[in-house]
Amino acid sequence: MRPSHLRALPRALALAAAAALLGCPPPDQGQPVSTGLGGQADKIAADRGLTPDDVAAALKTYMPSGRLDDHVMFASSGHAGQVLVIGLPSMRLLRSIAVFTPEPWQGYGVGGKESMEVLAGGASDGKQLTWGDTHHPSLSETNGSYDGQFLFIGDKANARVAVIDLRDFETKQIVKNPLATSDHGGAFVTPDTEWVIEGGQYAAPLGQGTYADIAEYDAKYRGYVTFWKFDRARGRIDVERSFGMELPPYWQDLADAGKGVSDGWIFMNSFNAERATGGVEQGKPPFEAGASQRDMDYLHIINLKKAAEVVARRGVKINGFTTIPLQASIEEGLLFFAPEPKSPHGVDVTPGGEYAVVSGKLDPHVTIYSTKKLFEAAAKGSSNKDPYGVPILDFDAVVEAQVELGLGPLHTQFDDKGYAYTSLFLDTAVARWTLGGPYADKHKTTPWTLVTKTPVQYNIGHLSTVEGDSATPGGGWLVAMNKWSIDRFFTTGPLLPQNFQLVDISAPGEVMPVVYDLPIGVGEPHYAQIIRADRLKPWEVYPEVGWNPMTGKVDPNATAKGKERVERRDGVVEIWSTVVRSHFTPEHVKVRQGDKVIWHLTSLERARDATHGFCIGGYNINLSLEPGEYASFEFVADKPGVYQFYCTEFCSALHLEMVGYLMVEPAGANK
Amino acid sequence: MLQHIRAFFGPRAPRGALRADPGRFLAPTAVLGLAALCLLTSIFLPMWSMKLLAPQYPKGLTVTAYADRLTGDVDEIDGLNHYIGMRPLHEAAQLEREIAVASIVSLALLCASAVVVHTHWAALLALPALGFPFVFLADLAYWLRDSGQNLDPTAPLSSSVKPFVPPVLGEGLVGQFKTIAWVEAGFWLQVTASALIVAGLYLHRRAYKPLVDARRAEEVAGAAT
Repeated sequence: MRPSHLRALPRALALAAAAALLGCPPPDQGQPVSTGLGGQADKIAADRGLTPDDVAAALKTYMPSGRLDDHVMFASSGHAGQVLVIGLPSMRLLRSIAVFTPEPWQGYGVGGKESMEVLAGGASDGKQLTWGDTHHPSLSETNGSYDGQFLFIGDKANARVAVIDLRDFETKQIVKNPLATSDHGGAFVTPDTEWVIEGGQYAAPLGQGTYADIAEYDAKYRGYVTFWKFDRARGRIDVERSFGMELPPYWQDLADAGKGVSDGWIFMNSFNAERATGGVEQGKPPFEAGASQRDMDYLHIINLKKAAEVVARRGVKINGFTTIPLQASIEEGLLFFAPEPKSPHGVDVTPGGEYAVVSGKLDPHVTIYSTKKLFEAAAKGSSNKDPYGVPILDFDAVVEAQVELGLGPLHTQFDDKGYAYTSLFLDTAVARWTLGGPYADKHKTTPWTLVTKTPVQYNIGHLSTVEGDSATPGGGWLVAMNKWSIDRFFTTGPLLPQNFQLVDISAPGEVMPVVYDLPIGVGEPHYAQIIRADRLKPWEVYPEVGWNPMTGKVDPNATAKGKERVERRDGVVEIWSTVVRSHFTPEHVKVRQGDKVIWHLTSLERARDATHGFCIGGYNINLSLEPGEYASFEFVADKPGVYQFYCTEFCSALHLEMVGYLMVEPAGANK
Repeated sequence: MLQHIRAFFGPRAPRGALRADPGRFLAPTAVLGLAALCLLTSIFLPMWSMKLLAPQYPKGLTVTAYADRLTGDVDEIDGLNHYIGMRPLHEAAQLEREIAVASIVSLALLCASAVVVHTHWAALLALPALGFPFVFLADLAYWLRDSGQNLDPTAPLSSSVKPFVPPVLGEGLVGQFKTIAWVEAGFWLQVTASALIVAGLYLHRRAYKPLVDARRAEEVAGAAT
């Protein structure tokens, strides 16, 4: 163990404290200098006090109206429970995608039957949830490269994974993990998206709802990882063919799938090898101290390919979910540990799968493991075991290199020039460093060395480069996802936005400037992925009129123009409506108090962007009817009165006239 | 009766003349046959298109007329037209579209029959086909005028968009839409057929008129004796 690790933490804390006390120095304004553009540009630059670097940053990112971004970033929105879609390099927010949280604009979970069913699929032990803590988006891959078809994202708070179809940017499925209440290491995909990885974090008795006192932590609390089987043809996770693995009660953190030479393996870091159980109120060390005592934690090396074969034989049911018990994993040789310093955060596999990079968090290094050496050591086995019997490989035998980057390394991404980029939380900087091995020819610097650091504002968590976790990183741009913005924007009260900073990484060497700040004022994003825009093939309108986005075909209840109708049977009123600029048909709907109302709506629109909304005030219903879309809802008209239903999306010159009346006759009234 | 039929079909080319100068007799057959083929092919090609341009529709909206149907953004245009009280496009020229294919086939057959009719009747048979594209355009202009002039006075935008006549060719303006109309390949193929018919009838006359005249002279001479 290198002694610098032990020195690092106090230094980091001291610096953080100093920064908090003194505040940060104002950025160097510099003197306005000629931009070289001449004429009006020089005058504007002088008037606004812009430096030539500022002007260059503006020129790199400014998008004239109508010009489209060539990259698209999918970012989690943290506890807002959505995905944010952002264009690069303009950093314009294009839209959000509702995932775990009801969202009225998209008609998501606000009465509409189709989206309510998706949300219901994510119910936790029977309880309907109305939010999620989105963490790690993961684009579907083919042969290790993004294919632009699907996006997965995990919900840390409730141990769920969602599937988003990128043809219509809508959430199609939420699966709830039966093993646990919460997770962290999800979602990550294998190189052909056969499996979606969801790792646990805070250990608990396996099987949500299972009770054991925390005094029995070592014996009864467990970690886990889940491999969700993705059925690409159906565009859904196949729960029946998915499985979990029981793990020791360390706090599994983040995962990455091997690829190329390490295809079929999974790497997962962890912390709290101490198995600290907290209890600060009882005078015990709090988790933050108890879980940070040891110099080493355990990198998990999991043979997924073999596990998928073994599961049929060794799997048991926990809460009805197939799980490989820890002892079976040990006996079958599915699980190995390698020591990793210290309470690390983030394990990231290089584009060809040769190395797994672990960021130290409380250690100033990134530690680079050779996957080949890991597999060789695993094949040899080890007599060194953890308390549960998992073989621990020899650190020196599996480590390729360590690079000292600075304080608080968290996450690593790659580019096309043989560089790796690691976020430094405490340094609040992005480090560029060089890869060795097959990547050494791509750059002119010594392998495994720090090249440069760019300060970011402030407290960077994840970072994302263009397709930077795939087999084919693009380079060019990096986005620093900063947790704090402090003084970067107008003060919006005590709650401040996060700060996404665009960093230009196109030039090799030491120049790596921040060129744009995007405030994110809706939640606390974690990870994001950036994809080349030309890989995405979204629909402009739904393929056919009456398209049900959940079934992926024309709905049997879709209604053609002229076929609108209202049918009444015992206590049920069923309505088939059409929606087109600028009217609903029918416009009068009369029901009796207590009737169950089933309402089908079909948008007849074929024009791009001709979206309508449909709301009924007082009954908590709002739908989004995109061109060609079918949607439906059901409710009991239990309150009498006259209710307007109107179009909530300004659709046309006669949008305000796009209205109808729902008349709910009081139950006692004469017919 | 047989005499009348014989008089209608006219003389056949004498074997000797046909061998001596085959081009003279084959030319009208080929040209009129080609005209018929052009007409038949035009059934499958678009005749006319109109593009509507407005800021909200960056790619524009297009409606394309074939002899027997309308394609393109018909529903979208109908949707917009309901604001100004214009009837749906498919309500216009229903009869014309219904009989279009049968008409073109008939005209092409008539045109082709001129190949075997070697008298002046051939001209009468072929001439209707010659006029088809121009009748088509005139009919289209009529319906555009009829649709544009007969707007529903209770329509939402009836006060701001007054009855109008969309030009059958070239540019016009309706509300915020600029319209551009032009004829398409099917129309030009029919015009080509018309030109071929004129040329074919000339060649026809050149080939058979002397024969007809000769036979008539024979008949006159015969009657005289």
